[in-house]
Amino acid sequence: MAGLAAAFGSGAMTNSIDEVENADCLLISGSNTTEAHPVIGYRVRKALRNGAKLIVIEPRRIELADYADVFLQIKPGANEAIFNGLLHVIIKEDLYDKEFVAERTEGFEEVKAAVEKYTPEYVAEITGANAEDIVEAARIYAAADKASVLYTMGITQHSSGTNNVLAIANLVMATGNIGRESTGMNPLRGQNNVQGACDMGALPVVFTGYQPVVDPAAVEKFSKAWGVSLNDKPGLTVTEIFKGAKDGTVKAVYIMGENPMISDADLNHLEESLDKLDFLVVQDIFLTETAQYADVVLPACTFAEKDGTFVNTERRVQMVNKAIDSIGESKADWEIIMALANKLGFDWNYGSAEDIFKEITSLTPSYAGISYQRLEEEEGIQWPCPTEDHPGTKFLHQGKFSRGLGKFHPIEHQPPAESPDENYPFILTTGRNLYHYHTASMTGRSKSIKEFSAEDTLRINPEDAANLGVSDGDMLKVTSRRGEIEVKAEITDTVGKGVVFMTFHFSDSPVNKLTNCAIDPVAKIPELKVSAVKVEKVA
Amino acid sequence: MTKVNVTINGQPVEAEAGMTILEAAQLAGIDVPTFCYDPQLFGAGACRICVVEVENARNLPASCVTPIWEGMVINTESEKVVQARKANLSLLLANHPLDCLTCEKSGECKLQDYCYKYGVTESDFVGDVKDFPLEESNPFFERDMNKCILCGKCVQVCHEINGAGAIDYAFRGFASTISPAFGEPVENSPCVFCGMCTDICPVGALTPKLSKFKGRAWEINKVKTICPYCGTGCAIDLHVKGNEVVGASGNREGLANKGHVCVKGHYGWDFIHSPDRLTKPLIKKDGKFEEASWEEALSLVADKFKAAGAEGLAGLSSARCTNEDNYLFQKLLRVMGSNSVDHCARL
Repeated sequence: MAGLAAAFGSGAMTNSIDEVENADCLLISGSNTTEAHPVIGYRVRKALRNGAKLIVIEPRRIELADYADVFLQIKPGANEAIFNGLLHVIIKEDLYDKEFVAERTEGFEEVKAAVEKYTPEYVAEITGANAEDIVEAARIYAAADKASVLYTMGITQHSSGTNNVLAIANLVMATGNIGRESTGMNPLRGQNNVQGACDMGALPVVFTGYQPVVDPAAVEKFSKAWGVSLNDKPGLTVTEIFKGAKDGTVKAVYIMGENPMISDADLNHLEESLDKLDFLVVQDIFLTETAQYADVVLPACTFAEKDGTFVNTERRVQMVNKAIDSIGESKADWEIIMALANKLGFDWNYGSAEDIFKEITSLTPSYAGISYQRLEEEEGIQWPCPTEDHPGTKFLHQGKFSRGLGKFHPIEHQPPAESPDENYPFILTTGRNLYHYHTASMTGRSKSIKEFSAEDTLRINPEDAANLGVSDGDMLKVTSRRGEIEVKAEITDTVGKGVVFMTFHFSDSPVNKLTNCAIDPVAKIPELKVSAVKVEKVA
Repeated sequence: MTKVNVTINGQPVEAEAGMTILEAAQLAGIDVPTFCYDPQLFGAGACRICVVEVENARNLPASCVTPIWEGMVINTESEKVVQARKANLSLLLANHPLDCLTCEKSGECKLQDYCYKYGVTESDFVGDVKDFPLEESNPFFERDMNKCILCGKCVQVCHEINGAGAIDYAFRGFASTISPAFGEPVENSPCVFCGMCTDICPVGALTPKLSKFKGRAWEINKVKTICPYCGTGCAIDLHVKGNEVVGASGNREGLANKGHVCVKGHYGWDFIHSPDRLTKPLIKKDGKFEEASWEEALSLVADKFKAAGAEGLAGLSSARCTNEDNYLFQKLLRVMGSNSVDHCARL
């Protein structure tokens, strides 16, 4: 998101889900769309039936790779190089959109110089992809009238994540594939309301609607609205919070509806941090792996038991409606927070989720025109929606970028923080499967799903398996510099030689004990997608 | 749009050029029975239950695939039409188990509804009956091909919407059925258990296991909401009986998904009633959690937050909670003086 904001001025999916099926070309990278966003995967397959071209850039041969016109199977962590390589070909062959570059962007010349050395041969050497395929992919992408890029965490969960995004943005702008229907740069957001949580200012540097906490005008506005004098210094990110816990500067942590003890990188390290805390309160629907470490656990209710709004990946604010009364003494999260605020001496009196939403829209320009009534009548509204008569925004950057001119950023390839070596010869990369979600606290308690997908496997290439003397189903010990876990082997050529894959859904094989918390310097995202590991057969 | 004037059941209707008879009838509020028709699918015209009488036409055309023309005179319930529909239903009943007493679809079964409407109580045709084994080897849904009326909508939704193409028509004539390749169970096919076939099946051939014996159609209240899993934001209906969620299905009003769902949205809801749910606040005493009152728990949290001070306090909000929850969460941290609020956007 930081990368998108730097290039375009707005950190969100530029176009809409509906537009996918009308694209002429889809470039999908770092997204196993058919498993992680299945319904968007249906739209991708529809686009292909409609005749769209497909380029897939992935370390694994995912399902979509089988339908691709070009599949570039790259080493994990080689993203910027491949995108620089595509742009190199497009510039070299004079396939870029000169008019768009001249009128709508700045900084092209620097990027042109920077990608000069990223010849297909050089990029092939870095990424492991085939040089001719790189040229073909570049030609297909550049030839399309409407090309759309879909990506997810395979791009961002790297120590070079922001640069990866900027490298894609360069490609998108050079070909003028933005600001029109069925084009754009589309990060498919992972969680049901990750967009909303960001929009609501659940980030250390911004209030709602990305109003910076260092902006005096914003601080004054929120101070006035909330009746207190607010802090104008950026707070700590999640990685920094746990670092602070370890060194004793962070004393009390409040965790609502998150399970970092499964989802965060380097769990052993995180465990030490949680143990060091003076006080941990966890508010959740289950006694999760993280809640086990809490001093106090507050029972929240599920989405089925509350009213409110979620924002989907295409910036669409939609109504969540209460279906049943809350179970036991559990309460809606906002009710718990309000009760706690009042215990702390504040005087909050929200009678309903709608009362809160009204306060949000009064303080958030991009939400100002949205109301519960409109959401019900119009089936959701895509922000920005600044006024009550504004229809919402289907795609961003039409005619003009949010930041004015789109900004090219010269990007150099930077290898991952960890490379395989003698002791840890494999690259481990992680992701999701179709059946489970995130830390599986919900899907793992859903009977049918649990029955069908009960445990994880380590996906390993047949040649590697043969070298290790491993057969399908053998129990393996997987070790990184940070920890070890045991998991069954699944031999498959969907992973390349030297690469192994696991999901992070399962608490009995918590892969994040192995992953690296080296972070992207800008977005502070840990490098979950590349860790060096050793694989051994358990005797 | 060019307007086309037709007459349906004696009523003048101004419809649009290119519409089918069925669409024109629906525009006029006239209900025509359908099995295989669905506005999201390519018109198959397979089941013939939607036949209507058109003045000067040689036969009874299927209204779902027959375009209208200027001056067309249509009768959707003429004696000929009703006779044809009755014969059609009688043929279907000849090979349909009449176990409506326990059938999950009872109350929202189109075959049941149309037999009731046209007074078809039993079949005029007696002969061999289909005897397929019940397929219940996957944990998500049952396939009872003896109840299948071969409308083909499950095949179409699997090919045209999902794209998995896991099932298709198999065999000919009396032996016709819907099956994955080589008669394998669906779990050995490209099926991804989105369950959209169970949502679209007009009869009880495809039914979700989790909802079995959990409630009759007429007892169920459908509440529209948004799926709690990925960021696609699919609108779903939660099927509620009393204070219990007993099922889920796609909601077609949702602009992000148009009613389409995946396995998680369709079959990942029963965690709501998991016995593992937290129902009371817990306070850890001597390393063990003990149940506490809200008053006691919140007082303790408030005291500890005050003790930590603004510098020592941090919070992780949630990408799984609502905007309203997240807004109040960051507001609380910030009015306490801490901007150290983050969430798992990075994971």
